[in-house]
Amino acid sequence: MSVPRASSQTQSTPRPSSFRFTSRTWVYMALTVGSVVTAFPFVWMLLTSLKTYSDVFQPGILPANPTLENYAHVLEKTGYVRWFLNSVGVAAATTVSVLFFDSLVGYTLAKMKFPGKEIIFVIILSTVMIPTEMLVIPWYVSALKLGIADSYFAIALPGLISAFGVFLMRGFFEGIPDELFDAARMDGMGEFGLFTRIGLPLVKPALAALGIFTFLGNYNAYLWPLIIIQSANMRTLPVGIALFSGESGAQWQLIMAASSLAVIPVLLVFTVFQRQIIEGVVLTGVKG
Amino acid sequence: MTQSPRAKRSGLTLAGRQAVWAYVFLITPLLFFLLVRIYPAFESLRLSFLDYRSPLTVNPFIGLENFQEMTQDATLHRALLNTLLYAVIGVPAQLVLGLGVAMLLQGINKYKGIYRAIYFAPYITPIVASAWVWQWLLNKNFGPVNALLEQFGIPAQPFLGSPDQALVSAAALVIWQQLGFQIVLFLAGLEGIPRVYYEAASLDGVTTWTRFRYITLPLLNATVVFSVVIATNGFLQLFAQVANLNPTDQGGPLDSTLTVALYIYRMAFQSSKMGYAAAITVLLFAIILLFTVFQLRVLRRRVEY
Amino acid sequence: MRKRFIVAIASLTAALAVAAAQSQKTQVVYWQYQFDSKVNLVNDLIAEFNKANPDIEVKQETFPYDSYIAKVKSSLGAGQGPDVANLFYGWLPDWVGSNLLQPLPASFPAKQLEERVGSLVKASKINGQYYAVPTAVRVLAVFYNKDLFKAAGITSVPKTWTEMEADAKKIQKSDNGKVSVAGWAVQPEGQDHHLFREVLSRQWGGKPYTTDFKKIAYNSLAGLEAFKWYTGLIERGAATRGLDLFPGSGNAYRDSFISGRAGMIVDGSFAISAIRNGAKFNWGVFELPVREAGGLRANFGSYWVHGLTPNAKGAKLEASTKWLKFLTSDDVQRRWLKAIGELPANTVLAAAPELRKDPIYGPFIASIPFARATFFVDEAGQRKALSDALNSVWLTKTDPAKALESAASGEQKLLTDFFKR
Repeated sequence: MSVPRASSQTQSTPRPSSFRFTSRTWVYMALTVGSVVTAFPFVWMLLTSLKTYSDVFQPGILPANPTLENYAHVLEKTGYVRWFLNSVGVAAATTVSVLFFDSLVGYTLAKMKFPGKEIIFVIILSTVMIPTEMLVIPWYVSALKLGIADSYFAIALPGLISAFGVFLMRGFFEGIPDELFDAARMDGMGEFGLFTRIGLPLVKPALAALGIFTFLGNYNAYLWPLIIIQSANMRTLPVGIALFSGESGAQWQLIMAASSLAVIPVLLVFTVFQRQIIEGVVLTGVKG
Repeated sequence: MTQSPRAKRSGLTLAGRQAVWAYVFLITPLLFFLLVRIYPAFESLRLSFLDYRSPLTVNPFIGLENFQEMTQDATLHRALLNTLLYAVIGVPAQLVLGLGVAMLLQGINKYKGIYRAIYFAPYITPIVASAWVWQWLLNKNFGPVNALLEQFGIPAQPFLGSPDQALVSAAALVIWQQLGFQIVLFLAGLEGIPRVYYEAASLDGVTTWTRFRYITLPLLNATVVFSVVIATNGFLQLFAQVANLNPTDQGGPLDSTLTVALYIYRMAFQSSKMGYAAAITVLLFAIILLFTVFQLRVLRRRVEY
Repeated sequence: MRKRFIVAIASLTAALAVAAAQSQKTQVVYWQYQFDSKVNLVNDLIAEFNKANPDIEVKQETFPYDSYIAKVKSSLGAGQGPDVANLFYGWLPDWVGSNLLQPLPASFPAKQLEERVGSLVKASKINGQYYAVPTAVRVLAVFYNKDLFKAAGITSVPKTWTEMEADAKKIQKSDNGKVSVAGWAVQPEGQDHHLFREVLSRQWGGKPYTTDFKKIAYNSLAGLEAFKWYTGLIERGAATRGLDLFPGSGNAYRDSFISGRAGMIVDGSFAISAIRNGAKFNWGVFELPVREAGGLRANFGSYWVHGLTPNAKGAKLEASTKWLKFLTSDDVQRRWLKAIGELPANTVLAAAPELRKDPIYGPFIASIPFARATFFVDEAGQRKALSDALNSVWLTKTDPAKALESAASGEQKLLTDFFKR
């Protein structure tokens, strides 16, 4: 696959110097064994999604009567498409908000001088440690008071700014030498300009990484969406998939088909953009 | 938005201006954290002093009774111990496996993308699906893992069906699921190590172990800190994976896989003891806070060299 | 800015919606958990009802089963959610205690309920009042795999527990410490905790609770004998834990039966459709055995109910009551059975001859007259107390007497706490 972005020198040339194992074959073998173990449950999910309801109960991994019926059922007879769009929409909006606010806060805490900086950082960081279970009920009550329950905004609200992301972005901005900003400041650039024009471009890859993890976290969120969603057309994917398991048993073949449908687009995105994602966590800006 | 050069020259004004801008940047996020995280947390703290059933009932103030009950609650103690065990088993395992696979991935140049995608796949698989497959894999009588063990003459193990093995089996699911995330973290950390260090080392002809111990590890410290903090936090708030491994007897068998977060959910929504549940969240918060501060202190110190 | 904008839009929309609804129709919000055939039937019923009552608009909302209670509690607690809700009778005491339900209006007289539904309904009388109308009744029976019975040379279904155990032993096969076919798949947290409480403890000469349900009584000598017999099934090679046979938690015993890995299971009438759709072998149903021929017949009866929440006030209450009346009418109950397969909570309907003769429904119907319902104050907690005790005998080799005692004291604590309030 071709990756549009540059910085291919880290990728295309092997890095024999970083680690030289006695034989590269061993490395491949170890990775292959590991990936078989890792992929096994994943493959099982895909295979189960091709089974009929009664074949799910039969021994054997391979489907005896492979069928795409489950996919047809999920796509046509359930609100899957709507759930998917809801999930993607909410996750995308959340991601945009997180990327903007988290990098802004991270930048401010790393690169600007002002009284109370440490305290503010500790306050923000400490919110990471509040268990979600502690917050769900008050959130719900407030959402109702504001009249926003059962809206996309309410589903997204708790995740719109992430303290983890702040922690992460602060780290990246700290890695950028102050001189870069000081020089621009001397040239008369404003503070917001420093952030958008100097800071952001340098942490672009970090944004890619934060972006994908934020997206995934919200795409898979269950507890809060479940509580706040009332009407059927607001359901997100995980809430929708939960409908397949009921009191008298679960429709595993449908759960697996719906799960596979949920995973595949994300996995494709990861495969295409993995280099950017991984480099995102590396501080390209300070390499030189 | 731009300031006049004249204003900039005056040091005090510059600092003052910067501070003002900083507060402007921070005001929305701070309000957000205050309203969405901190205020509700205090709301929970308030509930922890009440005999709270539901917003529709009279919920009398009972002082520290909920906290006193916590000292007597053997199931809660079990959940606390389990949660600690999850972290003690899971965090190092995630760290070692994540770093190990990342280093292996660094050592190859072909099919790198495919391998990465495979290792990342569990991370994005809906937990309800992976938990079910996990139960199937580990089934006592029909699971492939026991079939494999049988080949080596090892008797069938109950895994998730045994109070002694269930926690480790559940932790393994979490480790497997989170591995992709850890690998990405460590791949990035490894990429970030300037190659000149390794080149110099290879000129000196040092061993792989020396290189790992004296170059890779110290330079990865920031990544390790981050990874440990995230993983610990994840394990201390463990909920979905365990709940899905045994949806009817969540935390079973015999509470051997029960976590604190799961117990909170059980108390709040199944037993209508919201006040008590709130008191436990306060305790959980305190524990997580303690852990994080401790980890940041200890691990940060090592970054210095 | 953007946030405020969205909030404004959202509240405006909500206000408009409320205004629109108020000017035209009374809206009734109806909640149940997701169960395809029920949801479809209720949609049909709603269409009919709305047509017949142009001034009322019923709206159905459904949620995943596993989180239904959490959803109801959080919504009603915040003054939102359903006007009419579907719930398990075992949740009633907790819901009533949390003010999530209001007493049934006078148009549902207690006497009429008791006549229509039979003695089972008494388990849902709280503080001398009824808070919900039973709709579907469930009782237990044994599902068996006819092919496995044949292969084991068993020609007739067992009538006593001793016979059932003997048959299970004939079916169960294991090699190398692994069971390849289970005689009887057991699962305490499935239906087996009910089996012990309401069936075995009585048939062994004891009883599960004192008549006012305030005290545990199954920890008697007779109860212990029953407990020992049931827990000993695994060691005696007649039974296997459902969870050791199939993944999927609470339904593992049933799923293992469907997969052909178990010869028998004790299960409720609600399992019929899952087994019918999944099983690829000949299967049948027989009535729960007795201890010795001609001995005491016992069964556990449970039911789903419909109740009115505190949200239903004024015009809403009137409309909700109308909807509830319609939902529990004889005609709808008949359709309920046809479309969903749940037995009607109606002694007259359930006694219909064509039902009693049905080979699948028959054994269930026959058990309704003597089935008893446990009065649950905390259904999940009480289930757990007993299923943990049963599991501890199997998994940690706890002495049965000790295990039963710990179940009794654990459950007693829940009862005491409840009655103290």
